[in-house]
This record gives sequence, C-alpha cells and structure tokens, in this order.
Amino acid sequence: MDWTTLADALFPLGHRITEHAQFLSGTADVAGPDGAPAATIAVIGTTGHAPIGVEIALAQARAVLDTVRAHPRRAILLLVDTQGQRLRHRDEMLGINSYMAHLGKCVDLARRNGHAIVGLVYDQALSGGFITSGLMADACYALPAATIRVMGLPAMARITKVPEDVLTELAKSNPVFAPGPENYLRMGGLQAIWDGDLAQHVAQALHAAPSGDARAALGWQRGGRKLAQPVIDAIAGDGHVQTA
Amino acid sequence: MRSYLESTARERLQHVLDAGSFEEFIGPAQRIVSPHLAQLNAPVAFDDGVAVGRATLDGQPVFAAAQEGGFMGGAVGEVHGAKLTGLLRRALAERPAAVLLLLETGGVRLHEANAGLIAVSEVMRAVLDVREAGIPVLVLVGGSNGAFGGMGIVARCANAIVMSEEARLAMSGPEVIETANGVEEFDSRDRALVWRTTGGKHRYLLGDCQAIVPDTVAAFRAAAIATLAALGAGPAALSVDALEREHAMLAERIARFGAMRDPLEIWRALGVPAPERVPLLEIDAFIAAAAAHRLGES
Amino acid sequence: METLQYRFERGDKRLASAARLVGVVSSGNLEVLIEAAPLGGACTIDVTTAATGFGAIWGAVMHDFQQRWQLADVRIAINDMGATPAVVSLRLDQAVATMLGEA
Repeated sequence: MDWTTLADALFPLGHRITEHAQFLSGTADVAGPDGAPAATIAVIGTTGHAPIGVEIALAQARAVLDTVRAHPRRAILLLVDTQGQRLRHRDEMLGINSYMAHLGKCVDLARRNGHAIVGLVYDQALSGGFITSGLMADACYALPAATIRVMGLPAMARITKVPEDVLTELAKSNPVFAPGPENYLRMGGLQAIWDGDLAQHVAQALHAAPSGDARAALGWQRGGRKLAQPVIDAIAGDGHVQTA
Repeated sequence: MRSYLESTARERLQHVLDAGSFEEFIGPAQRIVSPHLAQLNAPVAFDDGVAVGRATLDGQPVFAAAQEGGFMGGAVGEVHGAKLTGLLRRALAERPAAVLLLLETGGVRLHEANAGLIAVSEVMRAVLDVREAGIPVLVLVGGSNGAFGGMGIVARCANAIVMSEEARLAMSGPEVIETANGVEEFDSRDRALVWRTTGGKHRYLLGDCQAIVPDTVAAFRAAAIATLAALGAGPAALSVDALEREHAMLAERIARFGAMRDPLEIWRALGVPAPERVPLLEIDAFIAAAAAHRLGES
Repeated sequence: METLQYRFERGDKRLASAARLVGVVSSGNLEVLIEAAPLGGACTIDVTTAATGFGAIWGAVMHDFQQRWQLADVRIAINDMGATPAVVSLRLDQAVATMLGEA
C-alpha cells in the first residue's frame, strides 16, 4: 500500500512525513478528543516491505530518541511495512540483534517518559522486522488487508521439517499459522483491526493507549491463546494453572 | 570440570545456582504442555522446554529460568513464553536481587508461529519492566543452539550477557541467510566463519557481551556472581543518557566496520594483535589480548 | 504419535512422593516423569512416542523394568522421541534412582 495514500487517510488535518530509503519519519496532526485542539504527533516507520537492517533500525531509534528529547509527551505512531529482518552476513556481523534491541528499548523508554505509542501494520509485517517496533507499542493495530507472519512457508518447512503442503493447508485457516490480522487479534497481539475512518481510529487509539502489557489476557478473553494468561497467573500467584 | 554446553537446562540451574536452592514454579509434574504441537504430530515436553523458579546465587535471592535446547531447539511457544513472562512479572512483586535467564534458543517456535511471536514480545516487555523496577537481568548464553531470533533481541534487552566461546548470539541463522541470499552471502557450512561472525569472542570484542568464560558450569557461575556484583553499582533501568551512549556506539560501529567483509578485519581494526589467531586462543589468553582493544562499557 | 499404557499390579516397592523428571525430549531421547500416586498398589506407565508401531518392544521393556523394581503406587509418564530400548531402560532406571536419592 502506498504510504502517502495511507498518510492522507490517517491525517486529513495534515502531515509532514518524508521517506528516505524506505524509512519514514515526520510529524502529523491528529484531532484531540471531544473537540480539543489537534495535537502534533511523531510518525516513524518503514515502507516498501523494507528489510530491517542495522541502518534502518538505528534510524527509527534515532527518531524515537529525538522525540523523547525534544517533544515531551508527544505521541508516536509506528507505521509497519516490512519483509522482516535483513538476511545478510554483514548485519549479523555487526550484531543486528543489538540494533533491534536498541530500537525496542528506545520505544520502551518513550513509553515510560509519558509518550503514547501506537503501532499500525498497514501492509506486511514479518517477525524480526516488527517485534521491536509495532509489537513494542502500547497497542498495535492493522488494516484488514495486512499480512503478519513469522516466516515464509518454504523456509518454515525447511526448518521444522514439516512438509510445505501441510503448512500451506494449516496457513489457510489455522489461527496459529494463518497470516491474517484476525488471528493476531484473536490471540491478543493486535488491539483491533482498522476499517473505515482511519483518522478517527488513530485519534481514539492515541488517546486510549493502554498502560501495561495486557495481550495475554486479551488472548485468553478472545479465545485465541487459552494457556498463556492462566500460566502467567499461576506463576505470578504461585498456584496451579486454571484453564477455562 | 562439567561442561555447560553439554549439560541439560536443569543441570545448568543445579550447578550455576547455589546447590539445592532451586524451587521450580509450575514444574513438569503439572504437565502444562504445548496445546499446538499435536496438530503437527510433534512430541511435547512436560515443562514445555523451560524450567523457571526461585533460587539463591552466592546466598542472594534470585529468580532464574533455563531453556532446554534439546527440546524444539529451545524455541519459544505459547506455554514456554508464558512461563518466562510469568517469572518476570512475579519478580516485580517478590523483588529478587536479580533475574538470571539461561538462554538456549532459536527464537520463536515455528511450530507455534503466531502464538510464539507474541509470546517473545511479551517476554521482551517483561524483561524491560523488571529492569525498570531496579532489578538487574543477566543473560547466560552457552549452549550449542546459541540465542537467536527474537530471543537474541531479548538478550540484548538485559543488563548484561555472559557467553562462552562456543556460544553464539545473533538474529538469523546462517542457513536461513544462505537459503535467502546464497552461499556467497553466508556459507553456513563454514563453521569458522559462523563463529567469527556470531560467536562469543566476536561479541565480546564488539562489546555485545560483558564477560566471556570457558565452557564450564563453574566458570558461568563465577561470572554470574561477578557480573551481578558489578551491575549492583549502577542503575538497572534504562535512561535517555544510557540509550544515547548506546546509540552513538552502534552508529560508530556501522561507520567503522560497515564496509568490512569479515570479522577478522574488525578485530584488526580494533588493534587486536595477531587477529587471525583469536579463534585459537584459550579464554584467559584471549581476554588478556582483548583487554586493551575491545569495545563497550565494562 | 502413538500412546501406550501399562499397568502392573503386585509390586511392593514404594517411593518418596516428590515428582522427578529425567531426560530430555530430543531426537533419540525421552523424558521420564515419575511420582508417587495412590493407585491401589499398582504401577502405571503412560507412554507417548513419536516412533509408532513398536508396541511389542515397549511392552517388553516395561515388563523387564517392573521385574527389576516391582514398584507400587508409582505413576510414570514418558514423552519419547525415538529412543532405543536401551536408552529407555536407562532413563527409567535413572528416574527410579533419583527418587531413591541415588542419582
């Protein structure tokens, strides 16, 4: 999906976002709640199904840190469109896991410093490219046509030794494997799927950003992950696992 | 001397922590197994491949988790991840002196795909919550599977990492890279290259791990005690200043080494004497040779 | 995956109550969970194995195991990933040994 089309739909009040080598950054205006004046938010992300290598991870982190330093409590929207981590010897040599972790830590720091942080998967998201951006937000959302997956099926078949046709069949409808946002929604990974008025969705999301990580509880409530929250509860409460 | 690499997760806990001190939370007798493996005709483990609990380390109360690399490569599924997240959340209430994560893992358990990915993300946030509460998180990496994928990222969210030379810390495995971009990009069967690129010595020289030890449980135990003592001097939580310093370090890493093809060139650029001999050095000799040249805050 | 269940009566050796686990569910290996349980004096063994069609061999290994130990009021559960009969016997004996405090 073209990011400029998305930006126009998200920010009818105006935006000043630029793209540089698949890295998106800038600011946008979002309506306040109940007629309050519009607020400026930071917009940071990727486009073009960007592979996330060391440079683009660092660039996103820089944008988060700059927001924290220069704009107290300014909300941040993370736009996600990625094919996953960059698969190059050079990135591993330089320690791409460190760059990813750095981005995740910057997002977490921003959260603790009072910045509301919302993620939006507007096209593709593959695990490594998404786990320290969208999945580190207070809440993550997706457009209905987005795809979110852990890995491409051929590579998954090779690593798991499960035949590709078995995985392909499972990926059609099994929530654990199917790449549709409905599955992530049901498992608690996404807060909601955005259809219709995107500008209104953004405004609401930024003003209602949850505190704390409630995704396991959501996954249990929605029936997509029946064991995660009961196990967490049992360990935190020194009890036995109570399933539904 | 007992090898850390060859020990099981439970043996590692037994020998790194104070003898007999480990009390497990939701142990295998409760049989909380993966709900997703049966549909792929894969066997389950009664502890879903991770043991979590409380213990003491040199008399100090700690929480600890150890992943079993033998089961599904130590990868994180719904239950496995929830055990780690539960442990970390409990740490906020019980406030141990530290949390130790003995990681050996390929990252997200592909057999549980979507559930595994969200689980790793929950572990990541929980680790940072523990740090924010002033409790240091220490990661030990010494198993044959290394720490990869989303858990390789979690490792670098901790306060410090102890590695052995045999261990690897990275994101994508060499086979995945070779499959995607060819053997010229990364020859996964060139073991020397794999270890130069992702192994303990390289990570130690870059400053991505804070201590490197020989492959014995005793050495890991001693390093854990020493590293926690050193961490005690500073804050466990993130700060803007610390992240700015890290940012500068990471930017400089690209500037200095981004055009290099082989880690050997990085070691040479760092000024390490006879860099081609680095893989051959015993740990003590390596640490001595590295001292004046390695990067990172100690 | 195949599940197999065995029950032996007329044993007389009881074990301490805390559950123990030995082994790892890795290729060619298995885990054995052993615990005391009120079973009217019986010893039960539940096997889940990735290697199908070896029921007769499992039966022989279990029978020999019970001959060795004559356990009573013990529940054993196994997750197996293709271990040889020798490795299965070894792990079972290790499991009992840990219960006896000998491991």
